[in-house]
Amino acid sequence: MIEAKNISKWFDGQRILYDVSAKFDTGKTNLIIGQSGSGKTVFMKCLIGLLTPEQGEILYDGRRFRDLDNNQKRELRSEIGMLFQGSALFDNETVLGNVMFPLKMFSNMTHDEQLERAHFCIKRVGLSQADDKYPSEISGGMQKRVAIARAIALNPKYLFCDEPNSGLDPRTSIMIDELLSDITHEYNITTIINTHDMNSVLGIGEHIVFINKGHCDWTGDDKNIFRSKSESLNDFVFASKLFREVKVYLEKEYEAHKGDK
Amino acid sequence: MILSYIKTFGQYCRFISTVFRQPEKWKVFFKQLVFEINKLGVDSIPLVIIISIFIGAVICIQMTINIVSPMIPSYSTGLATREILLLEFSCTMMSLILAGKVGSNIASEIGTMRVTEQIDAMDIMGLNSANYIVLPKIIGFVLFVPVLCVLSMFMGLLGGALVAQFTDMISMENYEFGIQSFFNEWYVWYAIIKTIVFAYIITSVAAFYGYYVKGGSLEVGQASTKAVVSSSILILLADVILTKLLLQ
Repeated sequence: MIEAKNISKWFDGQRILYDVSAKFDTGKTNLIIGQSGSGKTVFMKCLIGLLTPEQGEILYDGRRFRDLDNNQKRELRSEIGMLFQGSALFDNETVLGNVMFPLKMFSNMTHDEQLERAHFCIKRVGLSQADDKYPSEISGGMQKRVAIARAIALNPKYLFCDEPNSGLDPRTSIMIDELLSDITHEYNITTIINTHDMNSVLGIGEHIVFINKGHCDWTGDDKNIFRSKSESLNDFVFASKLFREVKVYLEKEYEAHKGDK
Repeated sequence: MILSYIKTFGQYCRFISTVFRQPEKWKVFFKQLVFEINKLGVDSIPLVIIISIFIGAVICIQMTINIVSPMIPSYSTGLATREILLLEFSCTMMSLILAGKVGSNIASEIGTMRVTEQIDAMDIMGLNSANYIVLPKIIGFVLFVPVLCVLSMFMGLLGGALVAQFTDMISMENYEFGIQSFFNEWYVWYAIIKTIVFAYIITSVAAFYGYYVKGGSLEVGQASTKAVVSSSILILLADVILTKLLLQ
């Protein structure tokens, strides 16, 4: 479990996060949602340790990140997998080279064992035929899958995903979401996904943290997100025409149901 | 402005202290080192050959045209060509040219890695990204650059020889005698020492500007330009200091 307690972050005198607290459970897909510019990426970077918050603390299964020495931080980082918005694959490495990279650098496996593990991860994300291709030779969806394979290569305990669906078509987005959800449950990982895609929220939102203007405005799951009283969350959820129509339909159905009674 | 320079210098020192650490895996480091020697050094050979031959030829022609006094022996053309090549061209001028090729290559490569979050990906894995990316580049280029310097000397002298062979401006005998006269071996070492220092400046400054890029492709281009300009100025500054120290 990852726990954030009263996280505050400033940039150039401007406060971006205000006392954000949240818990992210093990074996669940935890979503951080919010509008663009709400501070969710900054929050995620604070969680990973790429940014240091001015206030508050982050605990990884009880280990206070701030108190860890460099060796302990390195050890912790080897337990973290990260999927970046733009995939962040190494241009000069093939698909196989990218997946083998963390194994080559941080494991004591022999070359054959590394190859076996890399092939297993590539197969797990459904990319068995793309071993020798370079990132520039494969589609955006395939790049995301390679990035997932690289992120899970070292059997991470924590998986962070920054907008995994950005730039993907709806079908591929759902496929990536399902893959992340399956991997989370299969390996009992604490997965944190940063997104503003409502399809992801409804599809894999087992635990949701809503960030608005640097504040944590709401926490819940995909089942009660439509019943929230939070005005800012409703503005976010029902921003699209489709969801507004769903809301009107649900309200009508509720009224009719009430009338029948 | 001075404060900004001091701040940049401080940031550069911190960057260098991060770069010069023990590599995570020596096997991976040596593989990277060979790759960088090939990319930054071996790939620069054609450029060095072409430029050195032409400049050597031009120096020889200009010396022949300008040294017309009967008081000056005709072999002076070869001697002057050799001294110019050894003392300044094959080390300083060649380094300025390589700052453009190698420096912009390093800054844009690392800058692109930064803006596409490849460096962040390494950092999150717990890897010292500056050490992994930059150290093989610095060591590789510093190790290979003496080869480029000596090659440039030979090619420059060859350029002069071609002028002697194919024109009637100077005889080959006079040219050969000139390039062998009053030879001071220390000048070769002086050129090599200067080139090694310049190679360090080119790679470390370019890597520094690339590593701290913020933004997108526009900023990568700006970093590349800054890297070439800064390393060129630093090369000229170091040239003055090294010449004073090594030749006095």
